[in-house]
Amino acid sequence: MPRYAALIYGTENGNVSPEEWGTMMTEYNEFGDKAGAAGVMAGGEALQDTKTATTIAVTGGKGGDVTTTDGPFAETKEVLGGFYLLDCKDLDEALHWAAQIPGAWYGKIEVRPVIDFSGGAG
Amino acid sequence: MTGPRFDTSGPGATDPLDEIIRIEGGQVLATLIRLTGDIDRAEDALQDAALTAAEVWKRDGLPNSPGAWLTTVARNRALDMIRRESRRAPKEEAAFRMLTDAPASTFVGREADDSTDDVGDDILRLLFTCCHPALSEESRIALALRTICGLSTVDIARVFVVPDATIGQRISRAKAKIANARIPYRVPPAHELPDRLDGVLRVIYLLFTAGHHAPAGELASRVDLACEGIRLGRLMISLMPDEPECTGLTALMLATHARTGARLDGDGDLVLLSDQDRSLWDHTAIAEAAQMVESILRRRRPGIYQIQAAIACLHSLAPSFAETDWPQIVLLYALLEARWRTPIVRVNRAIAVAEVDGPAAGLVLLDELSGSPIERWHLYWATRADFLRRLGSTADAIDAYRRALACPCNDTDCRFLESRLTSLGAP
Repeated sequence: MPRYAALIYGTENGNVSPEEWGTMMTEYNEFGDKAGAAGVMAGGEALQDTKTATTIAVTGGKGGDVTTTDGPFAETKEVLGGFYLLDCKDLDEALHWAAQIPGAWYGKIEVRPVIDFSGGAG
Repeated sequence: MTGPRFDTSGPGATDPLDEIIRIEGGQVLATLIRLTGDIDRAEDALQDAALTAAEVWKRDGLPNSPGAWLTTVARNRALDMIRRESRRAPKEEAAFRMLTDAPASTFVGREADDSTDDVGDDILRLLFTCCHPALSEESRIALALRTICGLSTVDIARVFVVPDATIGQRISRAKAKIANARIPYRVPPAHELPDRLDGVLRVIYLLFTAGHHAPAGELASRVDLACEGIRLGRLMISLMPDEPECTGLTALMLATHARTGARLDGDGDLVLLSDQDRSLWDHTAIAEAAQMVESILRRRRPGIYQIQAAIACLHSLAPSFAETDWPQIVLLYALLEARWRTPIVRVNRAIAVAEVDGPAAGLVLLDELSGSPIERWHLYWATRADFLRRLGSTADAIDAYRRALACPCNDTDCRFLESRLTSLGAP
């Protein structure tokens, strides 16, 4: 079964009211339960906000200098907030599930197939 | 022509056998993709089979069912190819099993031409796959022309006036996405069909308009995209006879294309609808379009293509510009705008309203668009200029024609706009 990553993008705003936050969490839990019951859910995490992000790069090839920068890889209005791993038979099924992730109405979801390194199924 | 081949990339006279192979090729390819699960392998097998076909057919004459002949030969080629690959990956193993396990009836006995349903399902699958919303619109068009219409990348590039490499990239990117993201090869289920069908019809219409509006000078390619659009439209009618929008789109293309012979004069300059020699129109095509519109209107499920087809037919059926049923066209445009609120529909509605209530009424409808992105469309300004000219506001009309010329437009339209400026005495 092919696996897809559903990357959840949205704006970070600290001024979400407790009620709005509660609604969103309920919606996410509903999605998790539904996808879990359907056997689609293969994992996922929510990420802390980009203020906690640190970006590193090694310059001059392997073993080179490590540059550490405070902040996310790219300063953008919409940032990666979390992801799910979904086991779906094809892109249509993955898009069907992705459209039910609350992030799809609070922001956007990018769906990407995961590379299968096992070399087996396919 | 140096020899018969499927991928006819050079200009010049078309070999009738090549043309048969090209037309049948889409259906054959669609079946092969289902059987091999791989567009590239299916294309390779078909190309091989086409070479054999051209050779054998020239010698022995055309078989009863060229499509079935090609499918059988191409399927065997695909089998050979897979067999020849000594170390088979599991995916190929699966493809090999699919090919060998498929019931014989799928491949033989086609001569009787009794299995058109299977073939139809395959080409429909291919159409929906090529027009999947996960592919960019330009990739969808290129891929559909390549696979279903059997056009070479060189021909496609010539039609869209872009480098060959660009088209090649669009097609290979689309194929890679279909394979890697696993875009399914299927006709979508009923609940998704209305949205997805719209995507397919849109690609067909874009393809048609690209062919229809291409200025004569740029039609160096022997490929007539407008005709390919009509062919795909007819195919959609036969595959989905219960969808009136398929018929609507085909009628729209037929009624529009029927006027092609009168659109340009001997110098390749644009002739306005009001000045066209209507005896040059293809009245057989117009009658067919009108009959189609009549048959679908009875179903009372109007959609944007059916409404546009009805409008196109009213224009094409009118004995003269003055005798056009403008009030009916105004009603149809209002109906269209209620469903499909776009500035282009509004401009066309304004033109019809100006014929019934005068240019001042048309201008009012255009005023509501000012400041919108439509101001980058030359025909918005040309329409505005025409209304102003008819109202006697010459200075404003000249100004509007100049704004039209500042927008991107093709040579034919530019020459027309310049001639208008001259006739208004503009310096």
